Amino acid sequence: MGEWSSARVWRSRVYRYRLIAGRCRSCGRAHYPPANACPYCGSRDLDEVELPRVGRLISYSVVYATPFEDRDRSPVVIGLIDLGIARLVAEVVDVKPGDLRVGDRVEAVFRRIAVDGNTGLIVYGIKFRPVRVG
Amino acid sequence: MALMPERGAGIHGWGVYIPRFRIPMQEIAREWGWPDHQWRALGMMEKAVAGPDEDSTTMGLEASLNAIRRAGVNPKDIGAVFFGTESKPYAVKPSATIIAEAIGATPLTMASDLEFACRAASEGIKASIGLVTSGMVKYALVIGSDTAQANPGDVLEFTASSGAAAFIIGSSKGSAAVFEGSSTYVTDTPDFWRREGSPYPRHGEGFTGEPAYFAHIIGAVRGLMDKLGLKPSDFNYAVFHQPNGRFPLKVGEMLGFKPEQLKLGLVTPMIGNTYNGSALIGLARILDYAKPGERILVAPFGSGAGSDAYSLIVTDVVEEKRGRAPLVDDYINDKISIPYSVYAKFRELIRVVRE
Ligand SMILES: [Zn+2]
Repeated sequence: MGEWSSARVWRSRVYRYRLIAGRCRSCGRAHYPPANACPYCGSRDLDEVELPRVGRLISYSVVYATPFEDRDRSPVVIGLIDLGIARLVAEVVDVKPGDLRVGDRVEAVFRRIAVDGNTGLIVYGIKFRPVRVG
Repeated sequence: MALMPERGAGIHGWGVYIPRFRIPMQEIAREWGWPDHQWRALGMMEKAVAGPDEDSTTMGLEASLNAIRRAGVNPKDIGAVFFGTESKPYAVKPSATIIAEAIGATPLTMASDLEFACRAASEGIKASIGLVTSGMVKYALVIGSDTAQANPGDVLEFTASSGAAAFIIGSSKGSAAVFEGSSTYVTDTPDFWRREGSPYPRHGEGFTGEPAYFAHIIGAVRGLMDKLGLKPSDFNYAVFHQPNGRFPLKVGEMLGFKPEQLKLGLVTPMIGNTYNGSALIGLARILDYAKPGERILVAPFGSGAGSDAYSLIVTDVVEEKRGRAPLVDDYINDKISIPYSVYAKFRELIRVVRE
């Protein structure tokens, strides 16, 4: 939890809250979270784009060796998610791991991603869950 | 009839969020040795439980996104964000700014957390009507969201649940439902409270009904009907605060409403009492199905105590907005049953020592 200083929580808030990705003007690919250079071609000619909130689960891992503060959510599912113009890695929630299938439609949800003990900051961000509505 | 400034305002978007997890009433009764008639008398079946990474802010944001999808507004045009809750993640630090940031309404907007037990969000609706009709803001976002707390083993545990509703309020022009009038009734009544630093609320046993819930809702609703010259049969739907499945039916009957006017807005038997979400999720469900021209009465209640009554007329825009976000029933039907042990873990009823 030490890595979530007030300054880092504040600096990263817009990207954590809103799925805003970096888009490369050279190769056209998007990456999330935004970096200083395109991870695919190295170009620094980037702008920003808001990603769609619904995508597909490409693959996932079920993590049992969670840190103690995540034990209440164990096992934690980490998914590789295809949002069309970008892929990202995020936690997949609200599902029993046995019910999850590669190719499932998943939607972004706003959740707590870290909590600094009983008195520190609550860090919010985006996770995904299988779409079961509509 | 008095001039009703409320008529200049309407609901442009509505949205809810209900967590996926449900605990059936039998689970709670079995765990704490209650007879089944205890929860049957409350008209309850199961209640919604927020997951371990959810709180009133996260649920409020999801409901807000659904309301914005229906409203089709630019978040930069939202000039006020009101967050009504009695389960604030922080004792000091607004949730309204987190939501305003996450929807993209910052920085040129008002944002505040409101507290009045279960009717804080309703007070936000009234304030928003004033801000919109005066021209001070173009749109206001009002959120009611709670992860309601109950002392384990307390009868309140059958009903205290989690969920959120949100509304975009703007000019009556182009809205899905136009406000026709409102009335507010408050007194200093000690029916239910939670002291600073105390994890669970206390309630005046046997005192929560007559002088609190019933007196205040009846006062607000009669005040509204007198002002507007309306009677119960003029409304197609009525929705009241729903601390359980029985009180709203009883207060409706006392006011002269028929069960068929109350049925659509009654959501507590399926999801529990979502406190600030309670009557407002019921209102959202009515907007999910209502036809243009129909009239809705909505009367939230908050302990301490107070009630607001609003009359709304549905417009023909309601139908094109409906399909832009999940319906209340989509959320009600999307559920995973959990046993008491998982509920206890998710709602932090198990003492875990953290450094
Ligand atoms: Zn590139």
